[in-house]
Amino acid sequence: MAVTVSIPTILRTHTAGEKSVEAAGATLAEVIEDLDANHGGIKARLVKDGALHRFVNIYVNDEDVRFSGGLDAKIADGDNVTILPAVAGGRR
Amino acid sequence: MLVIRRELVEAMVAHARRDHPDEACGVIAGPADLGRPERLVPMLNAARSPTFYEFDSADLLALYREMDARDEVPVVIYHSHTATEAYPSRTDVSYAGEPDAHYVLISTRDPERHEFRSYRIVDGAVTEEPVQVVESYMFSHTGVDDVPDAR
Repeated sequence: MAVTVSIPTILRTHTAGEKSVEAAGATLAEVIEDLDANHGGIKARLVKDGALHRFVNIYVNDEDVRFSGGLDAKIADGDNVTILPAVAGGRR
Repeated sequence: MLVIRRELVEAMVAHARRDHPDEACGVIAGPADLGRPERLVPMLNAARSPTFYEFDSADLLALYREMDARDEVPVVIYHSHTATEAYPSRTDVSYAGEPDAHYVLISTRDPERHEFRSYRIVDGAVTEEPVQVVESYMFSHTGVDDVPDAR
């Protein structure tokens, strides 16, 4: 399953500056493993203690994976995976 | 240094006042090659909270798609603190994911006078930067009083 993954500015140090890269996998977890094999260190920026890091949002096509299985989200050939930094914060 | 047009500053402050006591948040997009804040996009605080702000995840995706299509980047990411000073909290720093953005903080704790400050937040390090408010970017290398009369 080949997919295109959009990489946010903050993670482009792992992709030699590339805004989008190819990866493969049948689930999001597999796609992230494949990404990490080619772009070392990126997994640690996305996954913590076996779950998606709360500082990033990952979408498969238009769907936030938090609502579609998280790391188990199914990936189909030709899907677009988009990684964005969550924009959040506040006093507390 | 953040160089920014007066009307954008006023619009951010007005947004912060309007949403007080909840935190207000938004982005000012600008052309990727110039890095200049131009298009104000007030965002909904999905947390609707006086102590936390968060862009809704669908809104966030739509915003980034739109900026990509227009060849823009988030030049300014702003939010308000409604009971504390305009300085990034530990939460702000942990979430800061745009190393090229100016992080603007507006405090509305004083009903009469707001605080408006700007920071870079890179790899967990906060650096405050000066803010130059200008009437027009065309003359932003000069002081406001030095702007020649427009013909």
